[in-house]
Amino acid sequence: MTTSGSETALPEALDEIAHDFTSLSVRDRLTLLLEFSDDLPELPERYEGHPELLEQVHECQSPLFLAVEVEEADGSVAPPDRRVHLFFQAPPEAPTTRGFASILHAGLDGLTVGEVLAVPDDAPFRFGLGEAVSPLRLRGMAAMLARIKRQLRATNLA
Amino acid sequence: MGTTVFRHTAVLFADDGEAPPMPVPFDDNAKFAEYAHPERLVSTEWLAARLGSGDPGDLVVVESDEDVLLYDTGHIPGAVKLDWHTDLNDAVVRDYVGPERFAQILGERGIGRDTTVVVYGDKSNWWAAYALWVFSLFGHPDVRLLDGGRALWAAEGRELTREVPTPVPVEYPVVERDDAPIRALKDDVLAHLGRPLVDVRSPGEFSGELLHMPDYPQEGALRGGHIPGARSVPWARAAAEDGTFKSRGELEAIYLTEQGLAPSDDVVAYCRIGERSSHTWFVLTHLLGFEHVRNYDGSWTEWGNSVGVPIEVGAP
Repeated sequence: MTTSGSETALPEALDEIAHDFTSLSVRDRLTLLLEFSDDLPELPERYEGHPELLEQVHECQSPLFLAVEVEEADGSVAPPDRRVHLFFQAPPEAPTTRGFASILHAGLDGLTVGEVLAVPDDAPFRFGLGEAVSPLRLRGMAAMLARIKRQLRATNLA
Repeated sequence: MGTTVFRHTAVLFADDGEAPPMPVPFDDNAKFAEYAHPERLVSTEWLAARLGSGDPGDLVVVESDEDVLLYDTGHIPGAVKLDWHTDLNDAVVRDYVGPERFAQILGERGIGRDTTVVVYGDKSNWWAAYALWVFSLFGHPDVRLLDGGRALWAAEGRELTREVPTPVPVEYPVVERDDAPIRALKDDVLAHLGRPLVDVRSPGEFSGELLHMPDYPQEGALRGGHIPGARSVPWARAAAEDGTFKSRGELEAIYLTEQGLAPSDDVVAYCRIGERSSHTWFVLTHLLGFEHVRNYDGSWTEWGNSVGVPIEVGAP
């Protein structure tokens, strides 16, 4: 987490991405979102043919599926300190949704459970994307974040 | 029809060196010839040939998608982007842009009042039909839809590029929007109750079981159901599997025979925010020749939230 002490601060990587977006013109923000969209990592092979392992984010306008993994370590690491890995699947015809997923991947993958749970729910609205893609379309990213956190909360309690 | 225009202009063109650009001929595809207004459609084949001819004429291709980034991932060479939300809707009021803004949006895309505009998009042309309908509110004379839209163009392996064109801006006149003939507002619909209404949403939305499209976000309607007396004719019934429009005969079997509508009927079509019903508006108006079809763009996100308006629930 950033050390600003603000309870609503974004994790460092996500904060940098937010800064990258907001320092651009509205038009260039779309170009950057396209780059994120292009860079969304492929779903690992172990998920191929296993739709039951993925959660669909129904709030997205296009089919988006996600999986959340938490490193088990050897039991010596307390659950909130275990590292989180995120996996997404969205078709190429849904570049905006892919872009949102890719931002979350770049900004959150590898953080600890505690760090991801501390990400403020309004994070998706801090990229200046409302003007570029319309606030209506941002709901999908908010829903992805909410579902990731919900899954982690369940893991954390388990 | 196309031939007449062609000949007429050929004479004008021969007049002097500063002749106006030759109007773009129509697609004389046999399937289109059966429709009431064949000049409103072009095929992918026609468009590819036109663009590949080296001299497409005063023609601008416009892509309008649900996904605001889809154009940027690759589009028909030379096509410009027009977003239904960030371009065609007013940024503050829930309404379409006004005449000055419309003129600016078109002018900067190189579209003049006499330009032939071909619109295409994703999702079987929902958003393209929506854009075409907004062009029609401003009375743009020559606006056509690419039959099959983006998906067919891509499926046929035709070229898509990421190269964004830089159109030479032109002057588009400031033309008042004329909503009344093709747009219904809530009060118009209240006054219309008892006459034909076509609900083009999915069966679950019509019955009231779902407040939104299957797999789509809930968009904030407080009540489920449909406008009293509406017939349920999901928009997709007008589309073939490849996203092209069904033949005139197939469309007549649905809207005339099965639903009992007549081309002289006063019809209002609606959906959730007016985009799927633009598709049906296009079908009834341009393919079947209905003369009084209005699109209720407030649709269910307005009606399902309005205080005191009548609602019906249950399957058709």
